[in-house]
Amino acid sequence: MQKIGVFVCHCGSNIAATVDVKKVAKMALKEPGVCHAEDYPYMCSEAGQSRIAAAIAEKGLTGIVVCSCSPRMHEATFRKAAERCGLNPYMVEIANLREHCSWIHKDMEEATEKAVILMRAAVAKVHLNTPLQAGESAVTKRALVIGGGIAGIQTAIDIADAGYKVDIVEKTPSIGGRMSQLDKTFPTLDCSACILTPKMVEAAAHENITIHTYSEVEKVSGFVGNFTVDIRKKARMVDMTKCTGCGVCQEKCPSRKTANEFNRGLNTRSAIYTPFAQAIPNVPVIDTESCIKFKTGKCGVCAAVCQAGAIDYKQQDEIITETYGAIVVATGFDTIKLDKYGEYAYGQSKDVITSLELERIMNAAGPTKGHLERLSDGKAPKEIVFIQCVGSRCSDDRGKPYCSKICCMYTAKHAMLIRDKYPDVNVTVFYIDVRTPGKNFDEFYRRAVEDYGVNYVKGQVGKVAPQPDGSLLVQGVDLLDNKQILKKADMVVLATAIEPNPDARKIATMLTASIDTNNFLTEAHPKLRPVESPTAGVFLSGVCQGPKDIPETVAQAGAAAVKVIGLLAKDKLKTNPCTAQADELLCNGCSTCANVCPYGAITYEVRLVNDHGIREERRVASVNSALCQGCGACTVACPSGAMDLQGFSNRQIIAEVDAICR
Amino acid sequence: MQELITRAKALLESGEVQRVLGWKQGEHIYDPEPAFFDSAEALKDFVYNGFCGANLSKYMIEAAKLEGKTLVFLKPCDSYSFVQLMKEHRVDREKAHIIGVGCKGKLSVNKIDADGILDIQGAGYPDCADTLTVDTLYGQTTVSYKDAMLERCHVCKGKEHMVCDEQIGESADTADSDRFAQVAAIEAMSPEEKFAFFQSELSKCIRCNACRNVCPACSCRKCVFDSTKFDSTQKANTTSFEEKMFHIIRAFHVAGRCTDCGECSRVCPQGIPLHLFNRKFIKDINSLYGEYQAGVDAQAKAPLTSFTQEDAEPSIVAEGGLTHA
Repeated sequence: MQKIGVFVCHCGSNIAATVDVKKVAKMALKEPGVCHAEDYPYMCSEAGQSRIAAAIAEKGLTGIVVCSCSPRMHEATFRKAAERCGLNPYMVEIANLREHCSWIHKDMEEATEKAVILMRAAVAKVHLNTPLQAGESAVTKRALVIGGGIAGIQTAIDIADAGYKVDIVEKTPSIGGRMSQLDKTFPTLDCSACILTPKMVEAAAHENITIHTYSEVEKVSGFVGNFTVDIRKKARMVDMTKCTGCGVCQEKCPSRKTANEFNRGLNTRSAIYTPFAQAIPNVPVIDTESCIKFKTGKCGVCAAVCQAGAIDYKQQDEIITETYGAIVVATGFDTIKLDKYGEYAYGQSKDVITSLELERIMNAAGPTKGHLERLSDGKAPKEIVFIQCVGSRCSDDRGKPYCSKICCMYTAKHAMLIRDKYPDVNVTVFYIDVRTPGKNFDEFYRRAVEDYGVNYVKGQVGKVAPQPDGSLLVQGVDLLDNKQILKKADMVVLATAIEPNPDARKIATMLTASIDTNNFLTEAHPKLRPVESPTAGVFLSGVCQGPKDIPETVAQAGAAAVKVIGLLAKDKLKTNPCTAQADELLCNGCSTCANVCPYGAITYEVRLVNDHGIREERRVASVNSALCQGCGACTVACPSGAMDLQGFSNRQIIAEVDAICR
Repeated sequence: MQELITRAKALLESGEVQRVLGWKQGEHIYDPEPAFFDSAEALKDFVYNGFCGANLSKYMIEAAKLEGKTLVFLKPCDSYSFVQLMKEHRVDREKAHIIGVGCKGKLSVNKIDADGILDIQGAGYPDCADTLTVDTLYGQTTVSYKDAMLERCHVCKGKEHMVCDEQIGESADTADSDRFAQVAAIEAMSPEEKFAFFQSELSKCIRCNACRNVCPACSCRKCVFDSTKFDSTQKANTTSFEEKMFHIIRAFHVAGRCTDCGECSRVCPQGIPLHLFNRKFIKDINSLYGEYQAGVDAQAKAPLTSFTQEDAEPSIVAEGGLTHA
């Protein structure tokens, strides 16, 4: 029989205001095995912990229940407190009287009744707790950053500067990401490339950074400190060790009709290409779907003109396997598809464009060499209408429920830059709200309105109708004047919502990291652990976690790097002893557990089993406790109940349920 | 039937198989039972007729532990169970010689009884005849073959064997009803009606365990209801709820693995339509994760033990459950 102590925390008034804590302590004494119960305003405080220590020493407690906040908050605190008193830390159970009870109830009587039940369940579980010993695992002192945009680059540089090896895996042929597509950046209007390319060069030149461009993460296994990752290095068809980056192949390539992804498809590129002039590495790739040599077998111009002999049509994808201690997801974003927004005539008129397309048009390296012109006829526009929140803050399933956060600022930037360079162009912005929190942000927006005469109209646009004369008729509403607006425009720019890179979902699945309903990766705690995924060893950087502008992304990238450095600085990690174990006498050998195990921790072996005197060879499951993360998927999938999770055994769970139903 | 015996004898005599797993006559004409035959001589008791509904797949688990090969006769629907057991590594394909036997629908003595035809002494087993002739103590009578068929034959999965080494006899696809019609009817009930329905059906249960013992998916070495390791060990029911829990737990345990062979309902002495539980799971799995039939392909990924990007989100699963509730 266990000797159990129950400690009821008031959490100031967080718990005590709704739960009669004295009654919970009193009721605890009636539970079998409970020989000590008390309440205290702050159990987690030094004084609170001393009371626990004193009770353990005086009463010789073998197990304790702390009725307090979520175990995610203070389980570790109380386990350490118990350990200091010589009690095995796994003899501590938390009854969550705060998040699960006081915070969600109003009626004191009902809440108290529930609190007593939660306490009872925890006591019932402690009765079946057994001391567990944590093992140790080594930490591979190398980090992987998935995504080579500004978030990934900054995280990698920060980790590398601390002396650890970092690999960046980037899907496209060059690092740089979305930021490399931008023209100017708010609120300072400095050139995006001018501030980004030094970072790209720094990352490329850093002795601790290895960049795998045109590569994708194929498979991830292992756990914090010991991830094994397969990286597919897609065939570039160009030998990176030989190519000098002279660019002659791209000039001579006869296939020039492929939509240029970097310019958002506004112009075309050759089949052998580098996405942009400052690409790193400055080594082209052959797009085999467009390449005439790959389609018909007849061409080979690039190989003929290449002085370095770098073209290699026989190159194959290569899979490299590396081990990492930590993984940072920095997969960034894309703009949403606008096919559900027929009313804006995007796709019907070349002069209705997204803001990111405008970004390319205004960029000196873009399709119009930086001249603001209509893509339909090349004429200079005189009336430009910006439409905000296209797909953002959307209540139906056409768009996204969230605010994309960056649009108000970049539209103010676009409007200001256009008015500055082309004062004869009228600019109108239709908005729902203008949101400009951030250092020097509101000042920036006001400058657009007050100094540059941008016409802001509060109201939404119902329809953009292309006219026979090539202009666009914009039908909107001015909510402040309460009137309909019909406006002829030469160009309409849509502030299109951003969404996580479509690959984020696939990568999250591989990493067993959680994602929300919008496919943003979920942080471990929205306030206190914003750059960590709930999956140990996986960290988040940039827009993959939620909409962000560049300064926020860079700040978060640094924060993620610090967390990675903190992890890599350790030589050993304590492993979770709450792992699964298979009972060989009950195991059917059916492989169900191995099929559901997300960590590949379960294998099968044929073993001689002695089942109550019957000795026979059986196919039975075997758990690698170093790989097992204690998720419990196998225990529920096992049809015979042979799988059990230490610390959360089927018996313990049933005991809790029984105690609740008593 | 003679063809089956001749072939079985040949295989036994050639030493290719060590034993034969088939059916032998029971106490009555209508209750043949599964049996192992060790010699050609023993095969004199072998029968194969319209009452041989018993699915022999599960017996192959024990056969896999014996020396040498076992010849087993599987009807098309039984072969699904065998494939599912292969998938679960419970039977040894290498140690089985499978003869796919023809099946044109199996008979339910309960249905014949229900027609007021009692004390059956014999029955003709014409292939694909519309009428079944039954000899009773009180003389000969006839019954429509379709009316006498087991429920499962009305939702026949088809005449193809999912696994076999050779085939003897013709099969017919006897399906003539919607497999999920009954489930849909229960789904349409109000919660109170549903509860009353299951209360009335499951309260008939006498916990004889026949459904579990016959079920090819219930093949655990040690059933959770027999193991002292769990608090669900066999015991007298303390409330009328517990007998329901047995069937609900069983349905969960076989979810995604049940091939809908219908043996549970066939053997239930109380006539409880136990297959409906399993079919509800099958229907839900089909609607949430795409059509899936357990026992078709031993290599296929089962929807409940695999994850794909296209899987319904938990919230959608919950919503789906609510719309059915």
